[in-house]
Amino acid sequence: MPHDFASQDREQSQFRFRLGFAGVAVLLCFTLLFIRFFYLQVLQHDYYATRAEDNRISLIPIMPNRGLILDANGVVMARNYSAFTLEIIPSKSGDLDETIDALAAIIDIQPRDRRRFKKLLDESKNFESIPIRTKLTDEEVARFAANRYRFPGVEVKARLFRQYPQGPLGAHAIGYINRINAKDVDWIEENEQSANYKGTEHIGKTGLEQHYEFDLHGVTGYEQVEVDAGGRAIRTLARTAPIPGNNLTLTLDAKLQEVAEKAFGNRRGSLVAIEPSTGGILALVSTPTFDPNLFVDGIDPQSWKELNESLDKPMVNRALNGAYPPGSTFKPFMALAALETGKRTPGQAIADPGFFNFGGHQFRDDKKGGHGMVDMYKSITQSCDTYYYMLANDMGIDNIAAFMKQLGLGQATGIDIAGESVGVLPSPEWKKRRFKRPEQQKWFAGETISIGIGQGYNAYTPLQLALATATLANNGVMYKPHLVKYITDTRTGEKRLIEPKPLRTLPFKQQNIDTIKHAMVGVNKEGTGARAFAGAAYESGGKTGTAQVFSLKGGNYKESATHERLRDHALFIAFAPADKPRIALVVLVENGGFGAQSAAPIARQVLDYYLVGKEAKGPAAEDASGEESADVH
Amino acid sequence: MPTFINRFLNRLTDHLDGPLLVIAGLLLLIGTATVYSATYTTLSRVPSQILNIATAFAVMWVVARTQPTTLMRFAVPLYVIGLVLLVLVFLFGVKVNGARRWLSIGFTRIQPSEIMKIAMPLMLAWYFHKHEAALRFKHYVVAALILIVPFGLIAKQPDLGTAILVGAAGFFVIFFAGLSWKVLVGLLVAGGSALPFLWNVLHDYQRKRILTLLDPSSDPLGAGYHIIQSTIAIGSGGPLGKGWLNGTQTHLEFIPERHTDFIFAVFSEEWGLLGNIVLLVLYFFLVGRGLVIATNAPTLFSRLLAAAVTGLFFTCAFVNMGMVAGILPVVGVPLPFMSYGGTALVTFALGLGILMSIQSHRMLVKK
Repeated sequence: MPHDFASQDREQSQFRFRLGFAGVAVLLCFTLLFIRFFYLQVLQHDYYATRAEDNRISLIPIMPNRGLILDANGVVMARNYSAFTLEIIPSKSGDLDETIDALAAIIDIQPRDRRRFKKLLDESKNFESIPIRTKLTDEEVARFAANRYRFPGVEVKARLFRQYPQGPLGAHAIGYINRINAKDVDWIEENEQSANYKGTEHIGKTGLEQHYEFDLHGVTGYEQVEVDAGGRAIRTLARTAPIPGNNLTLTLDAKLQEVAEKAFGNRRGSLVAIEPSTGGILALVSTPTFDPNLFVDGIDPQSWKELNESLDKPMVNRALNGAYPPGSTFKPFMALAALETGKRTPGQAIADPGFFNFGGHQFRDDKKGGHGMVDMYKSITQSCDTYYYMLANDMGIDNIAAFMKQLGLGQATGIDIAGESVGVLPSPEWKKRRFKRPEQQKWFAGETISIGIGQGYNAYTPLQLALATATLANNGVMYKPHLVKYITDTRTGEKRLIEPKPLRTLPFKQQNIDTIKHAMVGVNKEGTGARAFAGAAYESGGKTGTAQVFSLKGGNYKESATHERLRDHALFIAFAPADKPRIALVVLVENGGFGAQSAAPIARQVLDYYLVGKEAKGPAAEDASGEESADVH
Repeated sequence: MPTFINRFLNRLTDHLDGPLLVIAGLLLLIGTATVYSATYTTLSRVPSQILNIATAFAVMWVVARTQPTTLMRFAVPLYVIGLVLLVLVFLFGVKVNGARRWLSIGFTRIQPSEIMKIAMPLMLAWYFHKHEAALRFKHYVVAALILIVPFGLIAKQPDLGTAILVGAAGFFVIFFAGLSWKVLVGLLVAGGSALPFLWNVLHDYQRKRILTLLDPSSDPLGAGYHIIQSTIAIGSGGPLGKGWLNGTQTHLEFIPERHTDFIFAVFSEEWGLLGNIVLLVLYFFLVGRGLVIATNAPTLFSRLLAAAVTGLFFTCAFVNMGMVAGILPVVGVPLPFMSYGGTALVTFALGLGILMSIQSHRMLVKK
């Protein structure tokens, strides 16, 4: 192509002209800015200097009341109350230790208060006022007022406090609030809420308090105050009222929660109860629990250490973060998979000699000599391992993984609390991702066999197991689990319903679901759950489970001889009433031994209360080392 | 001096542009001092800003060493990626405070509109360069389309600040490519008559901001508050300022974003008119140097790109200072090399690097 030099020249000169034009435009714009600056800083300087120095207008944030948290029946789980606190502004007071010692002479200050003050001091800015004592009595307020002149930088303030009237009840679901730290500040800025959090000192740290933070917080109001050069307020010019935070009403039933927590006695474990037709969480237990009230005015380091270092791990939310092998509670889902994929019919029976040989290894059933002829119904009611060893081998790991994924196992459920674990849905792909060395990455066919009875790499959260059980109970329609039923706008009284969201409808044949449910009803009628459910006023379906924590070589497993913490976990899944389930649940008792022995009785107490209002006298499970093991599992 | 040290120093600096480096360096110095002043009482942002500066310098250094022809190769892919991400934001973006600007990618969030600030001028400069031999009206129409689609997506998020910057960067390319004056005036008239329609399209908060601009006192605690407080800060600064760290207005009062978009209020209160003049002169030199580089650039692509990047610097500086001084609406636009923030700084460093690349590879191309 011949180059058109004439046109290129024309183009260049046109470009230069435009650049020149732009240069002039830039100069004009900057001149405009200069004129504006000159106007503000020279011509109007006196006016603005006056406004800035003599009559500074200061905005004083007015805190909104934090929204309440109520259970399904209006029982208050979290509220606010006003109390006097004694606070020190470090930058304005002298030597801190001296000041505190002098204060201790007139007001009761415990070592715990001092420790907490030190911790808050480390975390805060120097000009903030930091509480040394909260909840002063009227007498203490009066005594300080009389001595006030001796303490510059110390003052008594009326503050709103969060209170959890139910104490430790449901603490893992409700969560708690605590003072805002640097990480929270970043989060607030990221959400462009800095202005709204001006003056706010507390923020939801865990559970619902965290998840619904912006709903609960409300909108900060402002008082526009004229202040003099010394910063003292002279008069109020305008006031924008704060908008209180919205109230949360939960699907959780505090009374049911209490029954469930009591049923655990002193055992460690978890219970998740779901309403199958909505996904509403009725109870969410993680024991041992803790008192969220400890955190509200800043927990002292020693109490924190105790909570954190306890062998029982009370701060861990076992329902969402504990991942356990499901043991035999996996079997109904395996059976459903067998029916759906056509690998088994309900009537097809196998002969169980008490073991299954595969690749030179013997996979043993717990019942010596075996269960005889076992069909699907019996495989569930009697919890026959051999049946599932064979089934897993016939199905193959890929089919199992694909099926269980649909049920939400090994997947985040999307519950309205942050930080749930995903657990492990074992598959060859998972193993490849999980392990680094190639020789560890290979999937062995033998590994599939133990997957069939819920052992091996299987690890699910109680919440996932509860969701899968609820989905089965609800004939394959899965609802997203949630704790909040509706949010009430405190200004308008309008209720914003958290719509139950069908996550998916699983394409299972009703006939197959009925077969599994029928067998689970059989478990509680004549199978491994029969003892726990003897004489129940309703028909229920269940499945017991025992998950190995530790396998002793030689297999001569004597429960009482094993250290308590190495004992098997006990599990139980259930739904009731059998024909139209209103509740589905999972019970997990850590190191509880057999599912039928420690987990099923807990489920019985919870179902009894929920369905017929019957309350048990004592806990269903207590740590009882040395007790004879039951003959069913 | 041993030759290897010489050679190392040469290699370190051979593609950097002295004037640009000095101006940007001075602005960063002033900026960091101001960020310190704005944040030292609460949570000092200086350490992380220094980290941002180091990152930005590395980006600038690498880009400056890159041939303009190589930069050209990035034009289409970068634009396409940016556009796809913007569509993804539109469909699945994370909504924060009513604005859908971010894409959540597991561990962090990204704001794709930032990419467009650079991708847009690259793309348009490439497009005009490709059709250099015979530019016709239809090419301007296509260019306008290339501009309008991402602009619309960003404005819809809504992120008026970034939309203005992306729109301006694109417009500069089209203007310098020789868009007819008649069309330009025509557009201006058409734009003017479309204002009432535009008013209806705006989000409530945007209308509120514009109304507030006309009468800040109408909403002293809400949208007008920024402007009232920042003009008081500037005005009370006076001819010589209150001195570093002495800006009572900005320290004691409630100016949100005082270390990012409103950093100029802090600077102006503490350094007064004198400081502002220094700042204006520095920005004027920055823009002037950019225009000189554009004038000397050998190819249409590098000319247009240099001019557009320069225009971007100008727009940011002018809109930001104009907004803080209360003569332009409040839109989120950072002040180049002064505002705190990694993303903005890297974007500006990228622009600097592009200018340096065009300047330093000028001779090579001519040969």
